[in-house]
Amino acid sequence: MPNTQELQDLTTQVRRDILRMVHKVNSGHPGGSLGCAEFFVALYQQIMDRKDDFHMDGIGEDLFFLSNGHISPVFYSVLARSGYFPVDELNTFRLIDSRLQGHPTTHEGLPGVRVASGSLGQGFSVAIGAAETKKLNKDNHLVYSLHGDGELQEGQNWEGIMYAAANKVDNLIATIDLNGQQIDGSTDDVLAMGSVKAKFEAFGWTVVDIDQGNDIDAILAGMATAKSLTGQGKPICVLLRTVMGNGVDFMMHTHAWHGKAPNDEQLEIGLAQNAETLGDY
Amino acid sequence: MKTYTNTGNKDTRSGFGAGLTELGKTNQNVVALCADLTGSLKMGDFKANHPERFFQVGIAEANMIGMAAGMTIGGKIPFTGTFANFSTGRVYDQIRQSVAYSDKNVKICASHAGLTLGEDGATHQILEDIGLMKMLPGMTVINTCDYNQTKAATIAIAEHHGPVYLRFGRPKVANFTPENQTFEIGKAVHLTKGQDVTIVATGHLVWEALEAAKSLHDKGISAEVINIHTIKPLDSKAILDSVTKTGCIVTAEEHNFLGGLGESVSRVLAQHQPTPQEYVATHDTFGESGTPAQLMEKYGLNADAIENAAEKVMRRK
Repeated sequence: MPNTQELQDLTTQVRRDILRMVHKVNSGHPGGSLGCAEFFVALYQQIMDRKDDFHMDGIGEDLFFLSNGHISPVFYSVLARSGYFPVDELNTFRLIDSRLQGHPTTHEGLPGVRVASGSLGQGFSVAIGAAETKKLNKDNHLVYSLHGDGELQEGQNWEGIMYAAANKVDNLIATIDLNGQQIDGSTDDVLAMGSVKAKFEAFGWTVVDIDQGNDIDAILAGMATAKSLTGQGKPICVLLRTVMGNGVDFMMHTHAWHGKAPNDEQLEIGLAQNAETLGDY
Repeated sequence: MKTYTNTGNKDTRSGFGAGLTELGKTNQNVVALCADLTGSLKMGDFKANHPERFFQVGIAEANMIGMAAGMTIGGKIPFTGTFANFSTGRVYDQIRQSVAYSDKNVKICASHAGLTLGEDGATHQILEDIGLMKMLPGMTVINTCDYNQTKAATIAIAEHHGPVYLRFGRPKVANFTPENQTFEIGKAVHLTKGQDVTIVATGHLVWEALEAAKSLHDKGISAEVINIHTIKPLDSKAILDSVTKTGCIVTAEEHNFLGGLGESVSRVLAQHQPTPQEYVATHDTFGESGTPAQLMEKYGLNADAIENAAEKVMRRK
């Protein structure tokens, strides 16, 4: 199992991948991707019990669903660097004939992706369905999912959140990327949600806080707590407080880089802040 | 002319329920999801016999479709049940992204389609669902005509890998196709042989087409009636072979003429064999409250309307 430094090195490399991917095609979503780099690395390298080869049915292993599909750069980078497909394929991000579509899809057969996402608010339902099938199959593995905080403004989420509590879907750990930003501004300015924690608790979920959502050790500890709380009749929600654009100073603490690519000069600044630890693709 | 016997009026939704009951016994991977309409969809037997495989989601259709997509991961074959309006228009984006684009093996089973839902009125009478569903890449679209065929189709779609939209209805209508028939997706069923006009019908309009063919026969007109239960993929060959003989065609459906069976037939004809066509369908309108028979009369969706359309299209040859 990798140690914290190794996970940190991979995270740094993933940040470089993200910046280079969106820079090359002058499109994509670096802000949320950078903010979730530590989470993805921890999830795929340590938290999930997963098989090396990809099977859509995922029987006998943990599953992950990305609901906020626009942070595909971090998803693709971590999938590639976890062995699902060649790292060089990151070169094809958003290009014609690529398996690495702007938003993740199963349609082009990219290993590691189990459902299309991008149109927001659909991931809870899919993850809940997969968790119900795990129960029917008597498969004790868990289902993980990630959702943006702005995404919670979509009503379908709350249909699923209500269902999961009422039906004791306690093999699901849904993480909310609580970065407080969305395209048009802060979540408080665009459509204030009040206390996300209070809402999940009111719906009957167990909530685990990870206040330092960009700290690998804090993520590992928080997710271990979340895992220990599964199987107790309640679905688990992890509130992961991250900084959008984390690791690239001029992209941090702002919604400005939600869906904007760096230019050549900005790329160089960003890369200078993140050393090439494992080799660029 | 070959004639058919109504063995007693039955609702197509009960055919769905019977098919689902059968699948419950024969296919352990079949699961059912319902959005608070278990009785209306006739899913009660499945629920009683297999409570562990029945998922009541409440009045939350978007979640139901997404859950169904997720449940396929691990090998289940989800059948969702609600009214046609809430099965399609309400959840179009969920079907588009989580089911169709994601290539998920979900069976969207929709009752109370069209005007024959009756008194509840236009809010519930969807006449656009065939169009919505047939436009989705990879989606199979089926509209069955009677109890026996709906039961057979329900069983057949479990064996077909891929998303399916199965459309049926509320009222008790003639049950005339064979019991325990084999249902072949995408294969038209020839009901009568004829030389003068082709009548291609789907859903509740198939029986009406047979009634129209009888009247036409009495007038010396020989009509070839084809039951197109699968609108997508469309059995183009059956249609083209028939119009080669007859030289004209009537399409009949309980759906808007924009986006329905008629337009699919027009496309095939325009591309391969331009042929005069008349549409028995609603004409870009919403429905309203009334009895099913009143509504089908008012909106021109019965045997009389098909007969008139046949005579009209024959004059255009």
